[in-house]
Amino acid sequence: MAKGVWIVTEQRYGTFRKISFELASTARKLADQLGEEVVAILLGSGIEGIAGELGKYGVDKVYVADNAVYEPYTTDAHATTVASLVKEHDPSILLLGASAQGKDLSARLVGKLATGMATDCVDLKIVEGKLLASRPMYAGKCFGEVMVSSYPQMASLRPNVFPVVENAKNASITKVDTPIDPGQLKTKVLDVQKDTSGKVDLTEANIIVSGGRGMKGPENYVILEELADILGATVGASRAAVDAGWRPQKDQVGQTGKVVSPNLYVACGISGAIQHLAGMGSSKYIVAINKDPDAPIFARADYGIVDDLFKVVPELTKEVKKLLE
Amino acid sequence: MNIVACVKQVPDTETLIKVKPDRSGIDETGIKWVMNPYDEFGVEEALRLKEKLSGEVIIVSVGPARALETIRTALAMGAERGIHIVDPALDSADPFTIASALAAAIKNIPYDIIFCGQRAIDDDCGQVGAILAELLGIPQVTVITKVDVDGNTIKVTRPIEGAQLIIESSLPCVVTAQKGLNEPRYASLPGIMKAKKKPVDVKDAASLGVSIDVKAKITKTLPPPARPPGKIICGEDPAEKARELARLLREEAKVI
Ligand SMILES: Cc1cc2nc3c(=O)[nH]c(=O)nc-3n(C[C@H](O)[C@H](O)[C@H](O)COP(=O)(O)OP(=O)(O)OC[C@H]3O[C@@H](n4cnc5c(N)ncnc54)[C@H](O)[C@@H]3O)c2cc1C
Ligand SMILES: Nc1ncnc2c1ncn2[C@@H]1O[C@H](COP(=O)(O)O)[C@@H](O)[C@H]1O
Repeated sequence: MAKGVWIVTEQRYGTFRKISFELASTARKLADQLGEEVVAILLGSGIEGIAGELGKYGVDKVYVADNAVYEPYTTDAHATTVASLVKEHDPSILLLGASAQGKDLSARLVGKLATGMATDCVDLKIVEGKLLASRPMYAGKCFGEVMVSSYPQMASLRPNVFPVVENAKNASITKVDTPIDPGQLKTKVLDVQKDTSGKVDLTEANIIVSGGRGMKGPENYVILEELADILGATVGASRAAVDAGWRPQKDQVGQTGKVVSPNLYVACGISGAIQHLAGMGSSKYIVAINKDPDAPIFARADYGIVDDLFKVVPELTKEVKKLLE
Repeated sequence: MNIVACVKQVPDTETLIKVKPDRSGIDETGIKWVMNPYDEFGVEEALRLKEKLSGEVIIVSVGPARALETIRTALAMGAERGIHIVDPALDSADPFTIASALAAAIKNIPYDIIFCGQRAIDDDCGQVGAILAELLGIPQVTVITKVDVDGNTIKVTRPIEGAQLIIESSLPCVVTAQKGLNEPRYASLPGIMKAKKKPVDVKDAASLGVSIDVKAKITKTLPPPARPPGKIICGEDPAEKARELARLLREEAKVI
């Protein structure tokens, strides 16, 4: 019988990404309800030393495959190894992050394992011994409850939603051999072009300061950058701003952009079109700064200021600076 | 170059989604149906590659009778022919089942590249392209913003958190399209006229030998949790409003 709550962790350059601890903590909670073990898979090159860190978040056992073939990530190498471990051990639940890498890998695993998966979940629980997932659909215009009837029951977790909980275990570490011939891989990463901004990605940000057409031009985003710097926030944009060429595509929030769930979303000069609301509507707190009192964004905002953003935002930056000093 | 583009028909992004009172799904009355926006990028890229390298673009869609309109839209943009997989049993299928149906239809036709959208904006699963690649035994490159074909290989750009990857893959492969890949064309009037005469093969699950076994089932559809009404912050001037907002964020919401 399928047994064990498994997670596929994610690391870059030998450092775990936060989603790995979110996965471990969530798996621990589910495993306690089922009376099962939490098992983590860690793939990479020169990463054996970090495996023990997972014990801090409730992992009982780690399978580590340390080999140059896993770095940088390719679907082929990672999916082959994860699938073979899963087939050998038959876990009941398999969780991954709904991060860029996790989305790519988890979907391939659904194919390899011929199972079902709930993508980008915001809540997971055990009901009658089975995993019940809750996930936004239509970019958050509604929510679906998903039951997976095949094993492993797969789910990917939206980053930044599930809490990280410390729960120290003495994780046992098992090295696994990698039967992968690099020459057989059909894809190859030729180059990694890092962003120089040093900002966390919108999907992982705790605070987002976003600007729309009301910003009037690309040069004015500097006032949002200043506020964002003080808040430790990432700057986002509406599609109008992206399509105008003011901001890069990766900054777009909405139904055809990124779906985000920060603690605080500050919308400046954004009207609140349904496609934009779909992407940020599940933010914990929403602030709208707009000169039009009838802008639909106010219907979704927790706090609204009806005024000229060019006057409000610099003042807000000043006030926040005072408070945080 | 033989190119396949998978297209799904979805509610227009303007649609206000209403959940049925019995929570069994969404109320489809009055919905305007369109091609999934990410699939439009896939179709457009397929057409551009065909125009450059010659060959054929084949559109494949799984969906009810109305999905034929979406296939016709892609044909009007310039694709040569379509395959429409219609089967009521597939209407509430999961990504694995949909990908199985697509794979069954595609494995019998020649292909060098298969385009999908990075996700369908209705179910937001983002799974079908990768499952399809696995079922056909070919590589995948997902969420792609740039494509260059060079002989038997393809070079693509894939944005991830904090970086962009340049990836090379052998062909054939599945590419899932992300916004930024291109600017999709509109169908021209002559294109629309021509599309009416282009061939569309209709298949069902049985004729493709696909068994339907839904493994991920949506048991309930719910409206989003209600938000408490917000507060409009009053004040003499922008500075006073800003001060009050900062205070509320710090003391009431405790988010800064
Ligand atoms: C298929 C499709 C997909 C889409 N996907 C997305 C998506 O993913 N994300 C997205 O954002 N949009 C999306 N859209 C576009 C969406 O419909 C809107 O057009 C867009 O969100 C509008 O952007 P905006 O709010 O910045 O601009 P506008 O609607 O023009 O609003 C600008 C706002 O700025 C305010 N303003 C102007 N000057 C000032 C000032 N000095 N001070 C304060 N306020 C000021 C105005 O009152 C106005 O409310 C999509 C559309 C389609 C058709
Ligand atoms: N019913 C379908 N018919 C054709 N293609 C589909 C269908 N469902 C999904 N796809 C393709 O797979 C992509 C991802 O879909 P999904 O995994 O459902 O988010 C879509 O953008 C389409 O290209």
